[in-house]
Amino acid sequence: MGKCKIVHYINQFYAGIGGEEKANVPPEKRDGFVGPGLAINGAVEGVAEIVGTVICGDSYFNENLEEASDKVLDMIKSYEPDLVVVGPGFNAGRYGMACGMVAKLVDENLNIPVVGGLYEENPGLEIYKRHAYFVPTGNSATSMRQAVPAIAAIIKKIAAGEKVTEGYVAKGVRKNYFAKERGSKRAVDMLLKKIAGEEFVTEYPMPVFDRVDAQAAIKDIKTAKIALVSSGGPVPKGNPDRIEASSASKYGKYSLVDIFDFVSSNGETAHGGYDPVYANEDLDRVLPVDVLKEMVKNGEIGSLHDYWYSTVGNGTSVANSKAFAAEIAEDLKADGVHGVILTST
Amino acid sequence: MRLEVGSILIKDVQFGDKTEVKNGVLYVNKDEIAKIAGDDDRIKSVEVYLARPGESVRILPVKDVVEPRVKVDGPGGIFPGFMSNVDQVGSGTTHVLKGAAVVTTGKIVGFQEGIIDMKGVGAEYTPFSKTNNVVVKVEPIDSIKQHEHEVVVRMAGLRASNYLGLAGKNVKPDEVKVYETKPLLEQVNQYPNLPKVVYVYMLQTQGLLHNTFYYGVDVRQIVPTFMYPTEVFDGAIISGNCVSACDKNPTYIHCNSPVIEDLYAEHGKTINFLGCVITNENVTLMDKERSSNMTAKLVGFLGADAAIISEEGFGNPDADLVMNCNKIEGQGIKTVLITDEYAGQDGASQSLADSTPLGNACVTAGNANEVVTLPPMDTVIGYPETANVIAGGWEGSLHADGSITAEIQVITSATNELGFGYLTAKGL
Repeated sequence: MGKCKIVHYINQFYAGIGGEEKANVPPEKRDGFVGPGLAINGAVEGVAEIVGTVICGDSYFNENLEEASDKVLDMIKSYEPDLVVVGPGFNAGRYGMACGMVAKLVDENLNIPVVGGLYEENPGLEIYKRHAYFVPTGNSATSMRQAVPAIAAIIKKIAAGEKVTEGYVAKGVRKNYFAKERGSKRAVDMLLKKIAGEEFVTEYPMPVFDRVDAQAAIKDIKTAKIALVSSGGPVPKGNPDRIEASSASKYGKYSLVDIFDFVSSNGETAHGGYDPVYANEDLDRVLPVDVLKEMVKNGEIGSLHDYWYSTVGNGTSVANSKAFAAEIAEDLKADGVHGVILTST
Repeated sequence: MRLEVGSILIKDVQFGDKTEVKNGVLYVNKDEIAKIAGDDDRIKSVEVYLARPGESVRILPVKDVVEPRVKVDGPGGIFPGFMSNVDQVGSGTTHVLKGAAVVTTGKIVGFQEGIIDMKGVGAEYTPFSKTNNVVVKVEPIDSIKQHEHEVVVRMAGLRASNYLGLAGKNVKPDEVKVYETKPLLEQVNQYPNLPKVVYVYMLQTQGLLHNTFYYGVDVRQIVPTFMYPTEVFDGAIISGNCVSACDKNPTYIHCNSPVIEDLYAEHGKTINFLGCVITNENVTLMDKERSSNMTAKLVGFLGADAAIISEEGFGNPDADLVMNCNKIEGQGIKTVLITDEYAGQDGASQSLADSTPLGNACVTAGNANEVVTLPPMDTVIGYPETANVIAGGWEGSLHADGSITAEIQVITSATNELGFGYLTAKGL
């Protein structure tokens, strides 16, 4: 190919439009490079060129997903690029998610490579890493100077028609190939190395699941403060925080003070992974507030925590779930909760 | 136990007046083999075809593949418990028609039967594109039930194979290999300074057309037991499986059990190969707990320093694999696992249904969900439309021109977990 044509996706902050107060600006496109595009364009000079930049506010993208996706994709397409660069988004939560979603859009619709940069703990990385070559970055824009050459190195490889083999976070995609030795021989060779205490490389790194040990039983349930936490998506009617139906990027904290029984007018589920009819009719089916309030009244438990915490488990990444749980747990501890009932679906 | 395995190299198979081996060519009397394979009241008809490497031939649905063998000297016969009495096999002399195979096909039994292509991209995935195949197409009587259908076809294949094997009884083998494992204490003393290795040989036994047999016994009903490695070379283990074609172990591969061969290759050099523990993959938790406990106990009892554990099938048996790994590693015995993957057609899903941090040495036979398009063949032996229903295919897998788009799951032994093939997978 000739000079590789690049479209660069960035948010309102990096486009110089503004910070959080401007996070709701809709998508726009500008010819050539903008903001960090200057450095990237310079680093790939001669082999590639940023022909256009697409900008969208982080809140706008995350809250108007369908419309923003269509617009952003159309704007990217209008430049007929050979490659798309997203970010780098470092550890910015919503920007990282937007970078990931744009990567997915491009990967699935345009079938051209995507290059980006995200911090290892950015939830967008875990969810969308298979759609792009994301170089690992520091957790803030101060590491831009390291991120740009890393991104440029991958762009140059792609522009030269070479295979990209390193410098990015593994996409987590498994690909078959024929090995030189048969499986049994490879197993014996691996065993010999393992026996000898030599270094060996597993062909399938098994995922590590968190196992949580059960805590000691609550000594006196009649004085215990109990809280409700759910991944079944129970939310106040109208889903005020717009928790996503799948791949949730947030959780909600809602007051139980005035709720004694859920009916169709005060609660619903945000969860997109099951038939919501029965939950929407009576949310106690997912979050048993009616029974617990009664138990408090009857003195069977000490008290019920004033808030419930809710997210949607459907397709939500382990990275996101862990982040939510860490915050929720801190909150519960600070409020002196003794026990939690976790409900799912 | 000492077994001499003599391989008679077969480079071609042809029909002839007399079933015999001459100058590396296996001649097959078509009528005679059909009569012997069809010797069962429950069989309506048997047809016999030949399929050679490189020919534009597709066989489907494939049920089992069997290698012709014959006992020349020593106790028992090939396939004890089915084709001969239950004498202990694995010693003496056995001849093999290396390069020949019996492939059974016919109306579909379950949904989990396979495809063998003799040329094209599909041929790269199956080891049976490299063998000279005598294809036995068996049609049972109409009133037969599925499980009985499986038995009928399985037995027909064993009969056909042993019939061919006889042709090698008085032929001088081209290659002879000697395998020997001594009684435990002698074996330990023979190579006292080498690390002691046991092979944990997991067999698919979920029932309902998921069966494996040892000396004729349904392995679902055994508690894990010790096996001399040479026993498999005489057909002690037989497949009765209609599990996904890519990772069920055909009888042929049990008879050539590759981990056993490759451990023997190191026996006395770098390791002391003590033998095998065969175990099952049953469905209930109690069965899984019992079998993994017994397996770990046996491996520990034998004094192993290390073990290779191979799985058969996927999903539910992943739990057995993980339990075996945890309990054996838990005794300080090092393990390597052999499995395959179901990472989705895009390769992005988690590959196994269970996981353990102790499973840090894992050989994979590839992602069974990866999609492949098999070109049309001039000849199809069997029923091409079954491509739409076998596991790994879908309605529409078979195209009008005879090509097939499906997961490699449909290809016989594409992701064999005994380690017979070369396919593997890596993370991108």
